[in-house]
Amino acid sequence: MAQNDNVRYLNPPTVEVRKKKYCRFKKAGIKYVDYKDPEFLKKFLNEQGKILPRRITGTSLKFQRKVAQAVKRARSLALLPYVTDLLK
Amino acid sequence: MLKQYETVFIATPVLSDAQMKEAVAKYTDFIKSNGGEIVYEEDWGLKQLAYPIQHKTSGFYYLIEFKADPEFVANLEIQYKRDERILRFLTVALDKDAIAYAEHRREMKAAKKNAPVEAPAEEAKAEDVDDVTEYDVEPVDSKEE
Repeated sequence: MAQNDNVRYLNPPTVEVRKKKYCRFKKAGIKYVDYKDPEFLKKFLNEQGKILPRRITGTSLKFQRKVAQAVKRARSLALLPYVTDLLK
Repeated sequence: MLKQYETVFIATPVLSDAQMKEAVAKYTDFIKSNGGEIVYEEDWGLKQLAYPIQHKTSGFYYLIEFKADPEFVANLEIQYKRDERILRFLTVALDKDAIAYAEHRREMKAAKKNAPVEAPAEEAKAEDVDDVTEYDVEPVDSKEE
């Protein structure tokens, strides 16, 4: 009975502490997403040049819409590719 | 009521400097002659395209910020479409956040021009792929030694 209370592990049990996701635009106070800056927009794309979902980047809905708009504008100006491999 | 816009166009890489200047002058004059006013111009120079357009892999980018009547934008885009030198164009209306951003961006560009010591370091980062491959080769040699 008393033994159950102080169970000892050889390795300390790893408790995963997930970092809370946050919207980088709200945090940094950015109000406008620029389509002319492809290097910045690449943070929101995967290697194939697809737009990453909100659940991965943590962007708020308001800015996800703006990011999507900016990426699409950059694509039409050939600043970003529509399809590719190994963007990064 | 004038509204602020921003337009970027890509001209063919075949043009000479003089021809490019002429093309730019054509559009700036066109904006001015239709009751608009130029706020800012920026030449991005010859850039690689992310994908080929009309079998061309590079193009001259040019950015113009201007104020004009909303009806004027359609006319401008018709001019773009009729011009064979223009590969691609994009015209965007600027809201108040975008105008604030554009002003900030201009100030940053101006600051960079005034401090030419920092500018070359930044250019080096955005260098061509050729340089990167050269750097890749060097570590391999050191391993063999």
